[in-house]
Amino acid sequence: MTLSKGDFDDPGDLDQIFLDLVEIENNQMSNPQTTNNKQQITNNQQQITNNKQPTTKIQTEKLSLYYRAKPAFEDVTMSIATGCITALVGPSGCGKSSFLSCLNRLKDLMPHARVEGSIKLGDLEVLDPKLDVIALRRRVGMIFQKPNPFPLSIWKNIAFPLREHGIKNREEIDSIVETTLQDVGLWDEVKDRLKDSALALSGGQQQRLCIARALALQPEALLMDEPCSALDPISSSIVEDLILSLREKYTVLIVTHNLAQAKRIADYVALFWFQSGSGKLIEFGSGKQVFESPQHSLTEAYINGIRG
Amino acid sequence: MNQQQKTNNKKQTTNNKQLITTSLVWSVPLIITAIFFWILGDIIWHGIGQISWEFLTTATKDAGRSGGIAPIIVSTVLILAVCLTVSIPLGVGTAILLAEFTREENWFGRLVRRSLDVLAGVPSIVFGLFGNALFVRILGFKYSILSGGLTLACMVLPILIRSAEEGLRAVPNDYRFGAACLGICRTSTLWHLLLPAAVPGLLVGLVLGVGRAIAETAALLFTSGYVDHLPTSLLDSGRSLSIHIFDLSMNISGGDPNAYGSALVLIMLLLIINGMAAWITHRWLENRILYR
Ligand SMILES: Nc1ncnc2c1ncn2[C@@H]1O[C@H](COP(=O)(O)OP(=O)(O)OP(=O)(O)O)[C@@H](O)[C@H]1O
Ligand SMILES: [Mg+2]
Repeated sequence: MTLSKGDFDDPGDLDQIFLDLVEIENNQMSNPQTTNNKQQITNNQQQITNNKQPTTKIQTEKLSLYYRAKPAFEDVTMSIATGCITALVGPSGCGKSSFLSCLNRLKDLMPHARVEGSIKLGDLEVLDPKLDVIALRRRVGMIFQKPNPFPLSIWKNIAFPLREHGIKNREEIDSIVETTLQDVGLWDEVKDRLKDSALALSGGQQQRLCIARALALQPEALLMDEPCSALDPISSSIVEDLILSLREKYTVLIVTHNLAQAKRIADYVALFWFQSGSGKLIEFGSGKQVFESPQHSLTEAYINGIRG
Repeated sequence: MNQQQKTNNKKQTTNNKQLITTSLVWSVPLIITAIFFWILGDIIWHGIGQISWEFLTTATKDAGRSGGIAPIIVSTVLILAVCLTVSIPLGVGTAILLAEFTREENWFGRLVRRSLDVLAGVPSIVFGLFGNALFVRILGFKYSILSGGLTLACMVLPILIRSAEEGLRAVPNDYRFGAACLGICRTSTLWHLLLPAAVPGLLVGLVLGVGRAIAETAALLFTSGYVDHLPTSLLDSGRSLSIHIFDLSMNISGGDPNAYGSALVLIMLLLIINGMAAWITHRWLENRILYR
């Protein structure tokens, strides 16, 4: 990839990206984790496959979703490991987004959607009709394909959800705003215009703001539905690095059509496929295993770019 | 040679066609604007001579032939105020119910929507009779500003509700999903995101509604009455500008000059309300939605 500096608004951008990259890598290498358990999960994919399984954050059991009578996906049993990045891949229309929308009960907003099966978040049954959905959604954040900042100021985009969750103290909010914006690498770009509209940011900045907004609530898991696909390659790689930096601290479930990206970042890969009238989970394993020795012939065809 | 002529001919016909379409497309708005300015010009021409500080601030005399229109303006504003205080909360509330809490294909929502559309087309005289029966007689408010305002509220509610609903529905779903995913409850989403984003739509409905209310004569004749004194309470009868104009030009010989003056005041009132709504919308969009 050849890029001239003129491609960017700010000539410092490119350098900043590389600095960020270096920083993230350094962080990953030099941050010894406090607990043993966490250390097992860290480092790289190979180790995970060699070591014993990390703990499960979200476990779905025979999960199916129907839009009216039409199934979107059926019988998905899958465990999502704590502190890992799990990538969801598969052709369009096989129910990946629908799957995500079950995990934080977003499907409640679609009255014609019906779910069967079970989802356990820790000991909590997510599909329990009596569940406190607000509390659940605070624990399980979500990022959309299209950045969707609110038509408020940058500051308010982060402060508004915080206030809703009872954090009213101005100084506390200010410090959370600063740290989360720093976490997503946006602070230096926006610190002088926190009171400006979030809609004036570029697409990549908006997406990072959305991630910051979700992180500010300190969720345990983050669901990301193709977070990079509406972004240019540079913004996309920034967001990708950001996602990598979330590993360990957060459980990340990311839908992506970019197999190279899945290969780069995912600890685990799940392949959805449209089979006999609905989406099915046809392959699940560590990234290495799925990409190097897939069990299913469709998987092999898919990752090699052959149309099945 | 022949070929060339043919293409030339073709060009000519397309040019002609375009000319016809263009002139048609342009003539309609031109005619409409012309009619508007003709009416406006006529009223200004005849009315401007009547307008003075005294005309606006003194009581009517001699059944309106002389004197000012101060009590009429006060009554009009009071009727409008009653109408809006009742219809805005009711209208916005119903719109919220329709847009946010019932699905588009839900039978109840459809029933309400259909009824509103029918109501919006009902002639005002029917509203007048209804208001007369309900507010004036059954509820015993007599011929009063309250009865008139409430009747007008019934009249403008359909318009208000439908445009407020459209305004809410036009707010992108991204905000609703985004807010839900952050664990923000529906009430806060509504207050902090959806209603502010729907304000321009609400204002359009408000302007249409106020326009209809302020111009209303028939419905008020049966409900607020036509006493031309300064009202002392909402239960007093009061004469609106529109009724005053109607009375002066139809029933009072020699009332025409003051009728024109009152019409000019009415139109200015309308223009002021329109302008204010446009200004608020503009400021609102600038500050809330777009910044920059
Ligand atoms: N709100 C909805 N109402 C009805 N049907 C829906 C709805 N959302 C999705 N579907 C259907 O469910 C199926 C799965 O859709 P879904 O969006 O989950 O696919 P996806 O794997 O995310 O696709 P993509 O990769 O293109 O995003 C599709 O056939 C789609 O038409
Ligand atoms: Mg999708």
